[in-house]
Amino acid sequence: MSAPAPKVDSDSLFRYVLRLGDLSLVLGQRLGEWVGHSPALEEDLGLANIALDLIGQARLLLTYAGEIEGCGRDEDKLAYLREQGAYFNAILAEQPNGDFGQTIVRQVLIDAFQLELYERMATSRDERLAAIAAKSVKEVRYHLRYSSDWLVRLGDGTAESHTRVQSALEMLWPYTVELFAADDLDRLMAENGIGPDLSEVHAAWSARIDAILSEATLNRPADRPHAWHGKRGQHSEHLGYILAEMQYLQRTYPDSRW
Amino acid sequence: MEDKRQWPLYEVFIRARGGLDHKHVGSLHASDARMAIDHARDLYTRRQEGVSIWVVPSNAIVASDPAETDSMFEPARDKIYRHPTFYEIPDEVKTL
Repeated sequence: MSAPAPKVDSDSLFRYVLRLGDLSLVLGQRLGEWVGHSPALEEDLGLANIALDLIGQARLLLTYAGEIEGCGRDEDKLAYLREQGAYFNAILAEQPNGDFGQTIVRQVLIDAFQLELYERMATSRDERLAAIAAKSVKEVRYHLRYSSDWLVRLGDGTAESHTRVQSALEMLWPYTVELFAADDLDRLMAENGIGPDLSEVHAAWSARIDAILSEATLNRPADRPHAWHGKRGQHSEHLGYILAEMQYLQRTYPDSRW
Repeated sequence: MEDKRQWPLYEVFIRARGGLDHKHVGSLHASDARMAIDHARDLYTRRQEGVSIWVVPSNAIVASDPAETDSMFEPARDKIYRHPTFYEIPDEVKTL
């Protein structure tokens, strides 16, 4: 295990790594809900592949978080036995799938965020995070290719598909603010070269999203002030249902294994 | 008539590793060639089956007629001298 940079206490690093891991875990679980329900067999596999990449990222990050915490919690304990208030994902990830277009809009917004985030984190002073980011960035680059291609097809498709993805964009856009709202924890990590400066990530994300939206003939909604604090454990009503389903087995049959 | 409710069919060819030929592995539906590549990647390379993908619209493939199998392929049957099995291979040659 690589040593945390000098001025960062392990509790802060623990919470920061959980933020990253929980975003992937919750989004992966959400995408998994499509399995067996996608518009085509090919999309079923496409979405499931992305979900499994995300769960894989979450496994690496949660395992690392457990090691930082040093209380013997592994990836499974952290994933299956944490209450909703101890989950630190931005709440965009937990928003419902809606129709296929809504899922794609959510995916584009988060894929572009993770791409800009991981590209910068690949040079983190925390070697473990740098290695996880370097592996994940390849996956996320494909995720964005998949999701943004779909957004262009739907946005620049029929009147019906355009209307649907534009309204999904209006609905989900306000939640994007939280991704870039830096708090003390984000600043601590940026100052110590562990995580990127979120304002830089925001600028790059914004340019990328503008290019995709323009090709998809969609209008970028106006930014509005945010009141979301999923990154501090205050979630929307949706996360509880996700965790109930995801954690059911481990809570009913503790420590059961395949 | 082409059924517009169904995406067109593509044939998928995968190269297992550098230096080998692309081999036909199956087919899939996609709305365009780029989506076909994505689907092929997700369906046919998720167990590390390949390093390169070709997709071809199925309707671009011209096939021989099964009804002509006899006249197409049987004349080759009695020409065993075309197989390179009549040469003496020196023991020193290992890689033929």
